[in-house]
Amino acid sequence: MAATQFFGERIKRNEDPRLLTGQALFTDDVDLPDMGHVAFLRSPYAHARILSIDTSSALEREGVIAVYTAESLGDYWQHGPLLVSPPPIKNIVFNERTQVPLAKDKVHHVGEPIVMIVAESRYIAEDAIDDIWVDYDPLPVIVDMEKALAPDSPCVHDDLESNVCAHVVQTKGQRSYEEVKAEAHLVIKRRFYYDHGTAAAMENRGVVAEWDHRAARLTVWDTTQAPVFIRNGLAAMLGLSENQVRVIAPFIGGGFGPKIMMFYPEEVLLPWAAIKLRRPMKWIEDRSENFVATTHERDQIHEAEMALSEDGHILGIHDVFIHDTGAYAPYGLTVPINSQCTLLGPYDVPVYYSEFTAVFTNKTLVTPYRGAGRQHGVFVMERLLDVAAKELGLDRTEVRRRNFIPVEKFPYNNEIIYQDFAPLRYDSGNYEPVLDKAIELVEYRKFIDEIQPKARAEGKYLGIGIVAYVEGTGIGPYEGARVQVQSNGKVNVATGIGTQGQGHFTSFAQIVADQVGVDVADVSLVTGDTDQFHWGAGTFASRGAVVAGNAINEAAKEVRRKILKFASEQLEAAEEDIELRNGEVFVKGSPDRAIALGTLAQQANPMRGAVKPDAEPGLESTNYFGPEYGATASGVHAMILEIDPETMQVDIQKYVVVHDCGNVINPLILDGQVHGGVAQGIGNAFYEKLAYDQQGQLLSGSFMDYLLPTSMDVPPIVVGHKVTESPLNPLGIKGAGEAGAIPTGALFAQAVEDALANPALEIKEIPLSPSRLWQLVQKPE
Amino acid sequence: MKDNQSISVTVNGKAYQRAVEPRLLLSDFLRHELGLTGTHVGCEHGVCGACTVLFDGQPVRSCLLFAVQANGHEVLTVESLAEDQDALHPLQQAFWEKHGLQCGFCTPGILMTLLPFLESNPNPTDAEIRLALSGNLCRCTGYQHIVEAVKLAAQNA
Repeated sequence: MAATQFFGERIKRNEDPRLLTGQALFTDDVDLPDMGHVAFLRSPYAHARILSIDTSSALEREGVIAVYTAESLGDYWQHGPLLVSPPPIKNIVFNERTQVPLAKDKVHHVGEPIVMIVAESRYIAEDAIDDIWVDYDPLPVIVDMEKALAPDSPCVHDDLESNVCAHVVQTKGQRSYEEVKAEAHLVIKRRFYYDHGTAAAMENRGVVAEWDHRAARLTVWDTTQAPVFIRNGLAAMLGLSENQVRVIAPFIGGGFGPKIMMFYPEEVLLPWAAIKLRRPMKWIEDRSENFVATTHERDQIHEAEMALSEDGHILGIHDVFIHDTGAYAPYGLTVPINSQCTLLGPYDVPVYYSEFTAVFTNKTLVTPYRGAGRQHGVFVMERLLDVAAKELGLDRTEVRRRNFIPVEKFPYNNEIIYQDFAPLRYDSGNYEPVLDKAIELVEYRKFIDEIQPKARAEGKYLGIGIVAYVEGTGIGPYEGARVQVQSNGKVNVATGIGTQGQGHFTSFAQIVADQVGVDVADVSLVTGDTDQFHWGAGTFASRGAVVAGNAINEAAKEVRRKILKFASEQLEAAEEDIELRNGEVFVKGSPDRAIALGTLAQQANPMRGAVKPDAEPGLESTNYFGPEYGATASGVHAMILEIDPETMQVDIQKYVVVHDCGNVINPLILDGQVHGGVAQGIGNAFYEKLAYDQQGQLLSGSFMDYLLPTSMDVPPIVVGHKVTESPLNPLGIKGAGEAGAIPTGALFAQAVEDALANPALEIKEIPLSPSRLWQLVQKPE
Repeated sequence: MKDNQSISVTVNGKAYQRAVEPRLLLSDFLRHELGLTGTHVGCEHGVCGACTVLFDGQPVRSCLLFAVQANGHEVLTVESLAEDQDALHPLQQAFWEKHGLQCGFCTPGILMTLLPFLESNPNPTDAEIRLALSGNLCRCTGYQHIVEAVKLAAQNA
């Protein structure tokens, strides 16, 4: 790394003035002449045959431009691509079923689009929905995961013999679980239920598509986390060359995972209609559509067992779970594989048997949402450890400490296959200092010894929680970036990943500013525009900073090298004597003979004279970075809460996060990421619930029913940092985007249990709510 | 849904005369008729607060009003706060300093909610700030940096 000036500093963000003044371009802000507006007729049934569709009255409505059904699409009607194929695991079963642009013959979940209406305004397009008559024959609905696996259950997909989407077994260790169980001092067996809801980004999805018939070029503005894949996929579907398609992911109002899902039906249909009608097309999802048409994460049921020695060491874990994947599984097995892998956490588990069945149901599709299944696994592990601590009479921090992977065991191999198809290896970690710091910040001993006994004596229900987790971050395949010094002295960076509020315009600028010797504000970033940079995978799995950040660092280093080389020629001095600072190059000790970087960039691209045969013009470089495998971050969360025994309302009095994500580019941005993750974790633990009835209808499909945490519900969060560098990338960084959200459910359950101090009560499920807590207290299960 | 109605409305100090459908939402009118896209639409059922604007000085959800209801009234949107990006309003500046935004989608509504709040309560406590913010959903920040930004804005005022 170059002499650090900006890396590691709390620098305010380059992108904020645009956002604060309302000038940042979001997808719904794109307004084009002659634009058609799209609305969809979506299925009101979770499972039904479509007997007939009559669109004739809709077509007669004034202002309606076109009405399309599956039949209108002809050969363009195809199942969506499988985004992530099943990992190379022995004896894996995977029944590939992916979504379709418009339902044909049968609907598989409420909200599945059936008819697309194009009109002169969105208002008219929505009016026309009511003109359309669809004759449905309702079918038995598959809602409950366990019932879905019963031999006599009806099937979501007619061509499958059961509702099994996938079956996967992974094991770790030389010995079997049964063997170690036979030697165990204590065996704990529990059934856990974990439900993770919907991302509910404040901006819904949207697509705008424009076909330039003369240039034969398609431009698409899309609220996607993966613009390059969307471009490549659209080109393939539409029979175009990739360079005929430009995808722009402009400012995006929160992603959190569901916006990486592809292809959503709307992403397939809008470009097609724009070409067909030779008019720009716009569709902006409304919130009620978002609840049923944007992917969820939802629930798993685990039957888990842990075998322990007398001194509290884990001998083995046996976990069998079922995972609801919804009506289709275009994202493959990423979510349940993450659950399976992340369950092991920061602990040295010698023997692991993990088996899961992913189940099709008549519900919205399940794809990753911030945490991406990790929550479910962490919940199981942490709850088992809590029970173990109680049974063994150990302090809950002690049982964790005893099982932490010791520092000398890194890199640590967990043997099973992770979501990136690489073996689950932890690159580096040092867990005890993280735990110690959390104990200190939450004042654990003081709470246990003084505060809680005093509160109990006063009849108050105060509880503490403390849990640990790891997060696999920064997975491959690769990202790339082009760094270029402009003639005006500004430095331009182009990368392909797309951004949804993570502060990329600033953290990436910090990396470049250090290498090229300019101010952070003089580095401008373009991200998510495939005309500017068309290689890359996208922003997901806490990988942006790690993978794109390192690619940008490599490109900036190369530009630095070019600057020094060219400046040494211009200044007639040795390269090692050239200094690069404040946007200028000069010979050390002679700043009066400085050349501005912009001037140097112009000189490197001359109008006359000869550029040497082996030289490239300009001060520019494009580089790529792909890590060998993901970098594993870790953390400990702790909280103190009070429960009102009459209302079961929970008041979080203290929340501590100690986090280790290696070197930190911008601690201000990192704190924000952690705060936001915790807020989503608290929502998941106590407020948010996708409630379905037996007909597969979502009962909580509005913000009046699906409760996002407000400023009254999220407490101030104390964040502490530890640094264990990743050896897998030159910057030594690990991802942090999901860390805040991952362990909150487990933490909440532990703290609630501790507060209620009812020996019969075990919290084995998330989400909770005041009413659910009341039920559990009245009748512990 | 033809019979357009003529309305006169002052937005950010500029008088507009438009003929609009009675059912046109004020949020859509601001965004799509006037091109003031700084006001964002997050839920269209009055919960998230992203579309908050000032209506005769009071914060309202523009998704819960029809444009015709603004006839004869004065509306201020986020675009009224700063002439350009180099001359931010003190509240915007405080949000910048304290990292009070991430994706920035909810931010215009939050700014427009807090503006009259800070006028009526120039030295708010944390609890008062959180109460004032509680009608605006933010999915990114966890609110902490927003609370800090409001405190900073109050200090600097």
